[in-house]
Amino acid sequence: MTYTGWILLTASLVGISCGIVGVLLILRRMAMMADAISHTVLLGIVTAYLLTQSLNGIHMVIGAAITGVLTAYFVQWLNTRGVQQDAAIGVVFTTLFALGVILIATKVGNVHLDVKHALMGEITFIPWDTIDVPIIGDVPIATLTLTFVLFLVLFVIVLFYKEWKITTFDPALAASIGIPVVVMHYLYMTVLSITTVAAFDAVGAIMVVAMLITPAAAAYLWTDRLFVMFVLSAIFGVFSAIGGYYFAVLIDTSISGSMAFATGVVFLISILFSPRHGLLSYWIRPIATK
Amino acid sequence: MNVLEVENVSAAYRKNTVLRDVSFTIKQGSLTGIVGPNGAGKSTLIKVLLNLHPQLTGKVLFFGSELKNVKRRIGYVPQRVSVDWDFPTDALDVVLMGMYGQIGWLKWPKKIHKEKALKALDIVGMKDFAHRQISELSGGQQQRVFLARALIQEADLYFMDEPLAGVDAATEKAIMHILRELKESGKTVLVVHHDLQTVEDYFDQVLFINRTVVAQGETEKIFTKENIAKTYGGNIRWLKEGVGFVNSPLQ
Amino acid sequence: MSILLSSNFQWVFFSTLILGIASGLIGCLAYFKKQSLMSDALSHAALPGVMIAFLLFQEKSFLMLITGAYISAFIGALFINLIKSTTRIKEDSAMGIVLAVFFGGGIVLLTIVNRSSGGNKAGLDQFIFGQAASMIGSDVLMMTILALLVTVVVIVAFKEWKLFLFDPHFAKGLNLSMTTMNGLYIILLVLTIVIGIQAVGVILMSALLIIPPVSARYWTHSFKRMMILSAIFGGLGGAIGTTISTQGASWPTGPFIVLTLGSIFLVSLLFGNKKGLIVEWILFRNKQNELEQNSSLVREGNS
Repeated sequence: MTYTGWILLTASLVGISCGIVGVLLILRRMAMMADAISHTVLLGIVTAYLLTQSLNGIHMVIGAAITGVLTAYFVQWLNTRGVQQDAAIGVVFTTLFALGVILIATKVGNVHLDVKHALMGEITFIPWDTIDVPIIGDVPIATLTLTFVLFLVLFVIVLFYKEWKITTFDPALAASIGIPVVVMHYLYMTVLSITTVAAFDAVGAIMVVAMLITPAAAAYLWTDRLFVMFVLSAIFGVFSAIGGYYFAVLIDTSISGSMAFATGVVFLISILFSPRHGLLSYWIRPIATK
Repeated sequence: MNVLEVENVSAAYRKNTVLRDVSFTIKQGSLTGIVGPNGAGKSTLIKVLLNLHPQLTGKVLFFGSELKNVKRRIGYVPQRVSVDWDFPTDALDVVLMGMYGQIGWLKWPKKIHKEKALKALDIVGMKDFAHRQISELSGGQQQRVFLARALIQEADLYFMDEPLAGVDAATEKAIMHILRELKESGKTVLVVHHDLQTVEDYFDQVLFINRTVVAQGETEKIFTKENIAKTYGGNIRWLKEGVGFVNSPLQ
Repeated sequence: MSILLSSNFQWVFFSTLILGIASGLIGCLAYFKKQSLMSDALSHAALPGVMIAFLLFQEKSFLMLITGAYISAFIGALFINLIKSTTRIKEDSAMGIVLAVFFGGGIVLLTIVNRSSGGNKAGLDQFIFGQAASMIGSDVLMMTILALLVTVVVIVAFKEWKLFLFDPHFAKGLNLSMTTMNGLYIILLVLTIVIGIQAVGVILMSALLIIPPVSARYWTHSFKRMMILSAIFGGLGGAIGTTISTQGASWPTGPFIVLTLGSIFLVSLLFGNKKGLIVEWILFRNKQNELEQNSSLVREGNS
């Protein structure tokens, strides 16, 4: 496949995974958890590096997934101790992120980990870092990882589809009929962390946050059906990834930043033109009904 | 036969004791109204019984057994305002959720489940709205959907938190009709209720709660001026002697 | 120790101290408006404004950049409000959208700036991660004046803020315009964020606004004392963090300030005399004992 082909494929994989995971994020009102986790995984990556002294992908993913779940756990715990949820998120993620930055500055020196790279990502390097896969041939490692993550996400969402629905819509009822709401919460946080971490390595924290929240929010404006919302969100994710890439190439700028920006354009179009919840219909309708 | 036995249950929100030494029993086939002033711990009581809020002390037995053994036999209708009605789904789907426990892990709802859900919607008079987005339903219609969801659980013991709050008169009538039918078919229903004027018409048993059980028993015997005054403090003004009351504070 | 005596260090020390105090105060307002994470969204939203200001004026003038940051963060705040009030999308998603999309747009512009303007880029890159240690006298002066201004506005109108936060309906009755107060609040919040970004960077700025009030909450129930404590915690965090960061070569200032604040939070969480874990645990045990004794009394009484 061509260089551009690999980049588009990788970014689209991020778009689909994040789009799907993001739907539940929006509906569970935890959008800012994505922001928090996308920052704290840095600490996990640094800790994994310090412990193993290698930049092996699997260690990083495990380390980051653990910190992601820990972040969720701390926030939840502070919340039950009476700290407002958004304040709890703010305290936990800024402190853990600061710890990560300090560890990099004092212990790691700038080996290969730098904060800026983590934030903005370097999708342009992805096609160079390949691995030989039987039958298919050389495949970029990031693309392969993201494919696995996509299957994992699909597997977990489809397998527990009705449990996700009920624990998101009415956790009290779910608990009363014996569905383990808390376990489902942490399962979701694990999936969110793994998705974030895999995508983070490829495209950087900011694009992960954009891809998790914005396409799902845009999809929420177009449909009243959960299943359609999942599909639309994934499509919007892919669309933003591809549109963002070509825009970046056109004006020669950061690909990740441009993709994040593209999700905003999709959202803007949705908020203006969505038939039921858009601003235009909101403004026009009162006149039409007169 | 007692389907519910509650003994010395206490619960707290942080420093405030909300429930203290609550003890009562509920007989099979009864329709009980749980009444008491705002903040008396009525909703908390249900949550504690169903293990949705931590219980500090005491013992609760359902059908002579622990909650976890009999979850299938218990139906719960949370307050309507406790969920986000902007959730992208339709009425039929909400009703189906009542059967998720029976359907079991990893399985998807089948056609028979959908037919059952439609039937439940029909019972509450909402069949025509099955595919309506839930945010487009009125408050009364949303409450009917919640009731249909409880019916489909085919439980033996129902807990309903303020099912008549903010609903229209027709819905109120319809809901009470269904509750009476449940009772007549041998089911047991506990309803958190806020309107003292209708207690006598609606419930055969009444449970007065204000942080603890003030009085409990058959409505005819227990629903007296004295017990109401005891539960609500002095905050009751008599409208017409023996006919009704309003719950509004005196000066 | 020589570094502690250098005049540059004293400048930086003083500016992070006053910044900590100002953000401790504003953070309290945000905390009670339940908008803690708003600061995170707005600090990210400032980036495109900085870049546009730089592209327009082609120089790294502190005042220009701050104005740009201010305008774009303010637009971000307007967007969040618009999305929240006109669609079914909830506030947290609205904040996340503005945060990520504005920052993404900022990165797009940053890359263009870096490409087109060779030598000046270092200064702009630092806007993202803060650059307390390399600030020069005039930047610090400007920052200090703005932070003092914020502090003074909060203190002078103290009782109006209190009304604004706790009893807006009553305040209306007193002819206190809530729209004006809300506008003023957003202006102060954005101003604090924008000057704070300069010192600790976009990502960690929210910590300065969030952690001091949350920590102060563990020590008092009074609004006034909470404001004072929050300002003290903020100031302490700024001062101690800055001092620690001078102990190592190229240790970053912002993260050390945040870590100091994090430690203050941890201490408050454990030992706070109003809501701290230890106090709570003792209260819980007492309650349980009391209730158990009561119920056994009742049982004896019944039998």
